[in-house]
Amino acid sequence: MNLIIGIILLLSLAVVFLLFRSTEILSVAKKKITHSFEDSNNSFNAITGVIFMVTSFIVVFWYSYDQFENYFLPMASQHAPEVEMLFWATMAVTFTVFLITQVMMFYFGYRYRYNKNRKAYFYPENHKLEIVWTVVPAIVLVGLVGWGLYKWNKIMGPPPRDAEIIEIVGYQFAWASRYPGPDNELGNANYKLIDVENIVGIDFTDTSSLDDFMPREIHIPKGKPVLFKIKARDVIHSVYLPYMRSQMNAVPGMPTQMWFIPTKTTAEMREETGNENFNFEIVCNKICGRAHFSMKHTVIVQEEWEYIKWKNEQKSWIEKNPDYYANFIKNNSTDVATLND
Amino acid sequence: MEITKTSTKPKVQEHDHHDDHHEQSFITKYIFSEDHKMIAKQFLISGIFWAIMGGALSSLFRIQLGFPDMDLTALSPIIGNWLTPQGKIDPEVYLALITMHGTIMVFFVLTAGLSGTFSNFLIPLQIGARDMASGFMNMLSYWFFFLSSIVMFISIFVEGGPASGGWTIYPPLSALPQAVSGSGMGMTLWLISMALFIVSALLGSLNYITTVINLRTEGMTFFRMPLTIWAFLVTAILGVLSFPVLLSAALLLIMDRSFGTSFYLSDIYIAGEALSNQGGSAILFQHLFWFLGHPEVYIVILPSLGITSEIIATCSRKPIFGYRAMVYSIFGIGVLSFVVWAHHMFISGMNPFLGSVFTILTLIIAVPSAVKAFNYIATLWRGNIVFTPAMLFSIGLVSFFISGGLTGLFLGNSVIDINLHDTYFVVAHFHIVMGSASFFGLFAGVYHWFPKMYGRMMNRTLGYIHFWVTFIGAYLVFFPLHYIGIAGFPRRYYSFTNFETGRIESFIDLNTFVSFAAIITFIAQFIFLFNFFYSIYRGRKASKNPWNSNTIEWTTPVEPGHGNWPGAIPKVERWPYDYSKPGSDKDFIPQNIPLSKTPESNMPDDSSR
Repeated sequence: MNLIIGIILLLSLAVVFLLFRSTEILSVAKKKITHSFEDSNNSFNAITGVIFMVTSFIVVFWYSYDQFENYFLPMASQHAPEVEMLFWATMAVTFTVFLITQVMMFYFGYRYRYNKNRKAYFYPENHKLEIVWTVVPAIVLVGLVGWGLYKWNKIMGPPPRDAEIIEIVGYQFAWASRYPGPDNELGNANYKLIDVENIVGIDFTDTSSLDDFMPREIHIPKGKPVLFKIKARDVIHSVYLPYMRSQMNAVPGMPTQMWFIPTKTTAEMREETGNENFNFEIVCNKICGRAHFSMKHTVIVQEEWEYIKWKNEQKSWIEKNPDYYANFIKNNSTDVATLND
Repeated sequence: MEITKTSTKPKVQEHDHHDDHHEQSFITKYIFSEDHKMIAKQFLISGIFWAIMGGALSSLFRIQLGFPDMDLTALSPIIGNWLTPQGKIDPEVYLALITMHGTIMVFFVLTAGLSGTFSNFLIPLQIGARDMASGFMNMLSYWFFFLSSIVMFISIFVEGGPASGGWTIYPPLSALPQAVSGSGMGMTLWLISMALFIVSALLGSLNYITTVINLRTEGMTFFRMPLTIWAFLVTAILGVLSFPVLLSAALLLIMDRSFGTSFYLSDIYIAGEALSNQGGSAILFQHLFWFLGHPEVYIVILPSLGITSEIIATCSRKPIFGYRAMVYSIFGIGVLSFVVWAHHMFISGMNPFLGSVFTILTLIIAVPSAVKAFNYIATLWRGNIVFTPAMLFSIGLVSFFISGGLTGLFLGNSVIDINLHDTYFVVAHFHIVMGSASFFGLFAGVYHWFPKMYGRMMNRTLGYIHFWVTFIGAYLVFFPLHYIGIAGFPRRYYSFTNFETGRIESFIDLNTFVSFAAIITFIAQFIFLFNFFYSIYRGRKASKNPWNSNTIEWTTPVEPGHGNWPGAIPKVERWPYDYSKPGSDKDFIPQNIPLSKTPESNMPDDSSR
């Protein structure tokens, strides 16, 4: 195998060398001056440009149409269609410009290729034209920006009051989630309390932490606003939910948040995609180390009644770890008081 | 230093002075040279070395992405312990590869290799100066870069591997060796290397600015400068204003890493231990980094646009359309590039209001960029186009600049960026608009000014083959990545086997295809290398002005010696774009031909040019 690769390389080198020598010698023999402009090469390049352009456009159109299902993800949150609307509007604008400019460029290359009997048109400036192509893009951009900002403020704005609050904590290389429990309030946490069992550092001297629970998978209700309170333990991570068109970085030392309204349950998505193993997943989307590529967490979207049922079945963290809690209270109560000061 | 002094003396003296100025030892001529042309060549060769390095690294990680099951044991003599026992690339090595690929390409090839080569080579030649304002500083600039290169090169081979937190080195990942092994010695060397690099960039940039402002020959007013010089000037200004900010960011990171400060670190629990650092902000680093990082993108692309402007005008045998508009748009891009940095941080957790501000500013910068693209196309219109290899690469650049610039409208709009941020869409965007476009500027420049550098011509046929393989190849590599990005595939993933159940199959073929195209394109660059090095010695002898160009570097001898012009420096009498002027029997009138000698083609508004 190595020998074959070696021979191929050697042969290609020889070909390159021969091409070099023969064209050099040929051009000397033809007594061409080095800047002889009009030759078959010039037409060859002009025509190849046009062929390249036409072929590329055909391939791009075909692939974009044929593979649409493959690259366009189903939308599973309330704001996703709004984001996609702007995305495809931008696509329409940019693709039109792309088409016009590339066609003009390669066509001009072909149409105005060198001819020694013709002289180029001395055309240094045209203020009207320049103003037009400054102002028109500016107006189009104002439209895109205005549209974008309107949606941006809505999506990034304050979450509705009745949002389900869930804490998401990223660490190398997994995610943890914590629900506030029946009192609807997340208890305090402190990174100095983190250990192997208490992975998000819940402070149990805060009574609102006593009913907090930490499930294996995140469950969220369809049709209700969900607010993720996002933290990171070690390095920056990013909570990315491609089907929800939602993303927010998890930054150590700086809590962040994002909210959205799921519109499709996991079961519905399984039906839609025809994949019975389908799951929504939080994927990490900020380089975070060795296993960055496998840092993910399952998110299960349920009908609201299913969700409430599931939530009521969950046991609080201290109920599952009574020994840890007893020890914590015995050892840490005074320390924690000072930590929190 | 003497040279710069003489240029203010009367011309006769200069002449005499330069006739006895040719005795140079090997060391002062080729190594510690103060001659701008030699320094330019030094930067070019170093840049080529780094480009091969960066390309080879990318081929390695493309193998991992495109052929994840391939057994690379055959490569073990070269890459040794970078492989797992199964003959696959180790996940941390993968991260190191992408980090080094990014660092090398952005800084060592497209900043030092591009600006270093062409600013050095063309500024004195095109404005009519004997050399740079300070030849000594210029030499220091190269040797600081060399030192920086050596440190970066060593870092690839240290225990624990080179830096592996991405070329953006966001802390805490880059600050904590516990987080990834590349953040140990490798990261320390990365920071030292970048500090040296910044010194080099500043020495170079200050020199370029001074030279352009002070050493223009008689008659070379600002608005008679070729667009290359405008681009280099603005690039240098951007460098001077932004690189110190990167230095400060790096210094603070060094403090956090080695001296226990908490500029970027807060509330961290890692490797079973809660660190004592509190009160720092990881976002602060991102602000500082991108305050350099975004102008850096323009530091990379502006020189290429300048080179392209010059080549497109020359090879269309037509004045560049809207010269002044081009100058103003270079300035517009330069100024705006300082106020758009946070569009890299829309979802970093910064205040969404900042996101709104930066969306507006970011989309404004699209306007001057659009003006430039339209002006290039208008220049081609009704031209008399000569497809030299340099011209082909310039047209390729414009094509990339448009394709990649347009995808910027998606990413610059914060709301669309929520979904596309850090996906392959971003990778596609910047590899086309700043990677490929700048590389094409570099190639165009080398093909165009090779005769001036080495007094010989490069082979055209090989140039054409190189262009078509590279142009088609680059599109085949980077265009498909848009689809993968729209599908929400994150970048910097070692593998997609664990990614969302049922989605891994969707792009296996496409990824294999992209890797295949990438490796072919990389190998095709050896055609260029052969052509380049072989032509230095065996290329056909060049004539004085092989492209019939107007700018005054073509009035020097075929191989300009020390001081560039053996006699007096030519006086500049007109703007550089008098191509195909009506009335003139030739299709070009060089800048040093006075209007009084061309009464047949003079125009009423000539004096304003």
